[in-house]
Amino acid sequence: MEVHILLIFMIIGAIVALEARDLLSSVIVLGVVSFALCLAFLILKAPDLAITQLVVEILCLIILIRATIKRDLPLAIEGRWIFNTISTVVFICVFLYFVMLALRELPVFGEPIMAVVREYLEKGKTETGAVNLVTAVVLNFRAYDTLGEAAVLFTSIIGIVAVLRSPGKKKD
Amino acid sequence: MSLYILCMILFCIGIYGVLRKRNLVKIIIGLAIMGYSINLFLVLLGYRFHGRAAIEAETQDILSMVDPLPQAMALTSIVISLGILALVISIAIRIYEKYGTFDITKIKRLKG
Repeated sequence: MEVHILLIFMIIGAIVALEARDLLSSVIVLGVVSFALCLAFLILKAPDLAITQLVVEILCLIILIRATIKRDLPLAIEGRWIFNTISTVVFICVFLYFVMLALRELPVFGEPIMAVVREYLEKGKTETGAVNLVTAVVLNFRAYDTLGEAAVLFTSIIGIVAVLRSPGKKKD
Repeated sequence: MSLYILCMILFCIGIYGVLRKRNLVKIIIGLAIMGYSINLFLVLLGYRFHGRAAIEAETQDILSMVDPLPQAMALTSIVISLGILALVISIAIRIYEKYGTFDITKIKRLKG
């Protein structure tokens, strides 16, 4: 029930963030949505995710505010809005069709299947020595995924440095 | 089931932001909202009613925990979404320096 309230809050916050007039307030409303997501993770018994989401969200807010501060531009609304609206509606309809197909196959909420993870749960303490099973999965059973995640992070840092570095020649 | 549907409504709002908005920062906010809804959906798939967090204790039955595997995958996904957002924002800052606007319909020149 609490998760329902938080999700409705997140939906309202997302609409406000997309429709707000100036960019700084929409960025801050995005932060509100993300902190509601933190609370939802805590209620859903995922404390590691809540901590990580909190840290990542604060970093995201800093980066987004760095991008939008002092660049507050009026939004233009007119122009090609029929084409844009039609394409948006078409994409949302296609997505909802696939959601409708997928929702029939999903397990009932509150009773997960746990076919893969049963072995991890039984062997986790003896094989890895980690009491927290999420840590055991991330750093031991699925360590190659974490290695790939680190590779993706370094690649994105290389991309940021390549995009944002000052150009070699002067314009004067 | 209603929680899944609310999650998908949040994803649809993200699609609306990406496809319909003309401001680059609004498009990036739409991407972030899509990422949030998918992470929440993964965690919802592993939730168990009256389950405990996946941390072992002495007097605990193993099968009364929530599923830790989707949580681990969502942990990876959250960190990767930070990398994506930083890269996209840096490209947006660069476009602003070059064209002086965030409006995607005014960015027309291809040659510099």
